[in-house]
Amino acid sequence: MASTIAEKILSNHCGKDVRAGDISVCDVDFCFGQDGTSSIVIDSFRKLGLGKVFDKNKFCMVIDHSAPSPNIGVSEIHKKMRTFAKEFDLGLYDSGCGVCHQIVPQYGHVTCGDLVLGADSHTCTYGAINVFSTGVGSTDIAITLASGKNWFKVPETIKVIVKGKLPVGVYSKDIILHIAKDIGSNGATYKSVEFYGEAISDLSVDARLTISNMAVEIGAKIGIMEADNKVLKWVAGKSKRAPKPVQADIGARYVAVKEYDISKLSPQIAKPHAVDNVSDVGELAQQRIDQAFLGTCTNGRLEDLEIAAKILKRNKVNPEVKFIIAPASREIFLEASKKGLIDIFIEAGCVVVGPGCGPCVGTHNGILADGEVAISTANRNFKGRMGNPNSFIYLASPATVAASAIKGSIADPREYKKRLS
Amino acid sequence: MKKAKRSKARKAVNKKKKLKVAEEVKAPVLTQHFARRLKVQDNINTDYVISGRYKFRIQDPKELCKHIFEDIDPEFAARVRKGDILVAGENFGCGSSREQAPQSLKTAGFYAVIAKSFARIFYRNAFNIGLMLIECNTGFIDDGDTVELDIERGKLKDVSKGLVFDVKPIPYVMKKLLEDGGVIEHFKKYGGFSFHEQT
Repeated sequence: MASTIAEKILSNHCGKDVRAGDISVCDVDFCFGQDGTSSIVIDSFRKLGLGKVFDKNKFCMVIDHSAPSPNIGVSEIHKKMRTFAKEFDLGLYDSGCGVCHQIVPQYGHVTCGDLVLGADSHTCTYGAINVFSTGVGSTDIAITLASGKNWFKVPETIKVIVKGKLPVGVYSKDIILHIAKDIGSNGATYKSVEFYGEAISDLSVDARLTISNMAVEIGAKIGIMEADNKVLKWVAGKSKRAPKPVQADIGARYVAVKEYDISKLSPQIAKPHAVDNVSDVGELAQQRIDQAFLGTCTNGRLEDLEIAAKILKRNKVNPEVKFIIAPASREIFLEASKKGLIDIFIEAGCVVVGPGCGPCVGTHNGILADGEVAISTANRNFKGRMGNPNSFIYLASPATVAASAIKGSIADPREYKKRLS
Repeated sequence: MKKAKRSKARKAVNKKKKLKVAEEVKAPVLTQHFARRLKVQDNINTDYVISGRYKFRIQDPKELCKHIFEDIDPEFAARVRKGDILVAGENFGCGSSREQAPQSLKTAGFYAVIAKSFARIFYRNAFNIGLMLIECNTGFIDDGDTVELDIERGKLKDVSKGLVFDVKPIPYVMKKLLEDGGVIEHFKKYGGFSFHEQT
C-alpha cells in the first residue's frame, strides 16, 4: 500500500508497516534539549532511576536560549547541564556555539530519513533535510535518552504544493507566513505537512529550513520535504551516517492538498500577537519601529545575513532604531566575518551579539520597553514573547527587517530591488 | 454578595471533593469542580501559560505556578484553588514545548483542563506528567460555574446551568499514562511502554 513520508519513516523505525492513526514504539536516531528544557530532562531522567543513558552519541544539550546567562537562576540551570553532561559523558554545546536547530544539523547529528526528537518545539526544522523531527517535552526526551525509544501516533498528512517563481525581494519566510495565514495556527494540528513544488525546489537548503522551522506555527507535527541533490550535497560530509532519503509513494493518502502560486507574492508580515495574523507589507507602511532583530533558528543563517548586508551596505540604521543581529552559530558568525558582513553591520550601526537565540525568547539581548514595537525575523510574535507583554512584535523576512531598520518604520525590501537581484 | 455566594458554594464543593477523592485521577466516578474560564479563549500558547521571563530562571514549580497567564490575565493565578478546572477554547497550549506549562497548571491545583481542542506537544506533555485534558464544547461554561465530570461515561455537566455535554473519550495511550500517574511511573512499572500493539 502506498505510504506518505511520515508513514514510511515511522515504519522504518518500528520494524512494521504502520499507517496514519496507528500507535508505534520507534527507535529514535537522535534527541536533545536546550537550556530552557534540559533542567526537567535531567530531573525526569534521574526519576527514571536507570542510572545510565541508552547511547551517549544519540543525545546532546545546547545552551542557546539565554546564553551567556543573564541572571543567577539561568546560571544555575547552565551549571546543572554541565554537571550532568560530565557525569554521563554527554555532548554539550555551551554558550556561544549557537542555536540548537543550527547546531544539530550543522554538526551532522541528523541525516535524511532519520527520526529525531527535541525538547524544543522548532525541532521540526530538519524536515527540510528529509528528517522526521518533532518537538516534545522534557520528560519525553528523558525517556528516549534512557531507552533509545519513544511512542508515536502516526500522523495524517497534508500535501502542500508551492508553484511559481519568487519575485525579487520575496523569500521563503514570506512563503511560510503566507501559508500560515491561509492554514491558520491550528490548521495542521497533529498532522504531517509535505512540501512540494518548483518554488521549494528553487530554494537553497538554508531557505527551506525556514519553512520547515515554522511548520509548528500551523500546529504541524512535522513539515517535511524530499531530499533532492541540494539536500544530499548539504548533508554530505556533515553526518557520519549514510543518508536514507525517503519519498512518498504515488497514491499515498493525503487528508488535504493545498496549492499556492507565489509568483506575485508580496513581502509578508505577521502582526501582533499571532503568527497567522498576516498582511502584505504595503498595508503596514506607516508602522513605526523601535527595534529590529535578525537571527534565530528561523532566519539566522549565512544566507539571511548576506541578504541583510546587501541592504545595509553603505546605509545607516535609523537613529530611532536598535538593530540587533545574532548569527545562528559560531561557524556562521565566523563565515560572516570572513565575508565582511559583520563589518557592514557594525558600520551601519547594528548591535551584533553572540551566536544563540538572542532576544527571541525575551530573556536578554534586547528586551522591549512598554509600548515599543519590534520587527523580527523570528517565528513567534506572541504577547510578551520578547520579554514585555506591553510591547508589539511584527515578523518578517531578513530583507524586510533590514529595510525597516533603515527607514525606522515597516519598509518594503523591494525598494532595494537592484541590490537584491 | 456574589463573592460570598461563590465562597459558600466553593466550600460545598470542597466538602464533596473530600468524599470523591478528587486528587486521584484513577477511575474517578463523579467529581465536582469550579470552572475557571480565561478571558482569552482560543490559541492560548504556552508562553501565555508560563512566560519565558520566569521559566528560564525558576526551577521550583511552586514558584513558577504563581505566574500562570500573567501576560493575558494578571489576576488569574490568585483565583485558582485546588481542584478547579481550567476552561479554554480552540488550540489550547500551542507554541513552545515547555513542560513547565502543564506542570505549572498541575501545581497551581487544576484537576483538569477542558478545551475545544489542544495543540499536540502540550497534549502529550500534560498526560506525561499526569494532568488530565478533556476535549469538549466549552462555549457555554462560564467562569465560576460548578461542573461535574463523569469520565467513564464521557459526560460533563454544567451544574450551574443544568446543561450536559458529551466529552471526547480520552485515547487509550493517554488513559493508560494517566492511570499510571504519568509516563515516568508508567515506564518504571512496565520497564518500557505497555502499549506496543495497540492502535
